[in-house]
Amino acid sequence: MTRSRSDSLGLLARADAARVAALMPDLPALQALRAPEIGTVMVRGRAGGTGAAFNLGEMTVTRASVQLDCGAVGHGYVQGRSKDHALRAAAVDALLQTSAADRIEAKVLAPLAAEEKARRTALAARAAATKVEFFTLVRGEDE
Amino acid sequence: MYVAVKGGERAIAAAHDWLAEVRRGPQEQPAIHTNAIRDQLSLAVHRVMAEGSLYDPDLAALAIKQARGDLIEAVFLIRAYRTTLPRFGASAPVDTARMQIVRRISATFKDAPSGQVLGPTYDYTHRLLDFRLMADGEVPVDGADAEPATEQVPHILSFLNRYGLIETEEACDAEPADLTRAPLELPADRALRLQALARADEGFLLGLAYSTQRGYARNHAFVGELRVGMVAVEMNIPELGLTIEIGEIELTECETVNQFKGSRTEPAQFTRGFGLTFGQTERKALSMALVDRALRWRELGEDDMGAPAQDEEFVLSHCDNIQATGFLEHIKLPHYVDFQAELELVRRLRAEVATEEAPVQEAAE
Repeated sequence: MTRSRSDSLGLLARADAARVAALMPDLPALQALRAPEIGTVMVRGRAGGTGAAFNLGEMTVTRASVQLDCGAVGHGYVQGRSKDHALRAAAVDALLQTSAADRIEAKVLAPLAAEEKARRTALAARAAATKVEFFTLVRGEDE
Repeated sequence: MYVAVKGGERAIAAAHDWLAEVRRGPQEQPAIHTNAIRDQLSLAVHRVMAEGSLYDPDLAALAIKQARGDLIEAVFLIRAYRTTLPRFGASAPVDTARMQIVRRISATFKDAPSGQVLGPTYDYTHRLLDFRLMADGEVPVDGADAEPATEQVPHILSFLNRYGLIETEEACDAEPADLTRAPLELPADRALRLQALARADEGFLLGLAYSTQRGYARNHAFVGELRVGMVAVEMNIPELGLTIEIGEIELTECETVNQFKGSRTEPAQFTRGFGLTFGQTERKALSMALVDRALRWRELGEDDMGAPAQDEEFVLSHCDNIQATGFLEHIKLPHYVDFQAELELVRRLRAEVATEEAPVQEAAE
């Protein structure tokens, strides 16, 4: 498996909450180390795109931490306000450290990755159709 | 001064009940679902996110519905909700060079590397009402597709930068000041100014930006690049010991190229104005860039023309529409005690004048 832990967590964070729930209807037996909590993260930007950091504004984020019966600990940070989403992300993160990793990769992560890729490709294709070439015309007074 | 009043509970409750009824509109019409607002009034949603300074399209849609479409009231609701949430931390600065492009245009470089992408824009439309939208609400939708580009799209101004023709934005990771945590103090550094402008009222910034174009501290702005698209947000998570992506947000970024004659220490080169905003909020990002550039007069060694857009105290103290509307609208609330005092003052002044004038009148008679 080539997906890193941070890649998996990023994929889960960006995914639609309902889609994650559909791909993973049942949660494993777990204990919440940190109950799902809704909060914000201050998003930063850089002046001029590359310069000094500044505070752009906040986004909603939900986080949770869980421990499976086998002892594996997982953390989830997801965009938005779905506690269920954060809990499932944490559960996936924990399961990826167990023998269930391959099954979770095939059942949850691989479909999410494929769907995200398709979404991005569709967006890029739509954008590409609006790519323009501008020509400057010779103005009358120049002739 | 505002002095509390008592009473009026029944009238207030009835007023709020009526408000709820008016907000809903006639029962025979279907209620608007917040998903429909989020997806079909998306530019209103983006504006509420930008000025509410909270990226969450579902919440912004809810606020718009609750506020009967009053966007400043919606921004108010979002700002109030935000204060109830804990903050987990700050993200790494977003890398807009890695944006998935929805729109990317340049008014300065016709042949920008990676090309110009119009995206979903009202530019070049005829601004004619489309009555088909009123007739049955539906128009044929068949967007075209083309071979998708796969390469990253670099910032256009980085090409000018290569020849030293434009000032460099040196990366700096100093902890930026945060006006949501500490009151605004002047003079403000650029980071603090950009934060204030990013959440400022679009109309206020538009007016100021327009004033610079009309000659009040004119700075000859060209749109070097305007890009809209999806950007990943990364944050370091201490319990993981890892930096992960915690989401993906739509941003608008505008870089202007401005004239600069040079100073004693700097050769003649172009300078920059910068705008970055949540959502597809182009007018806001462009206005922000012009105002950012006008406010930079001191660090660039330019003259103070006495123009409003150059006046940091004026701009930063008045650009927030929630601060402004809070203070403005509070004068609608009962000020009976205040006014009573003013009334007595006016009566006393008039009485004094009448006493002084009385003998003169007698003499005239």
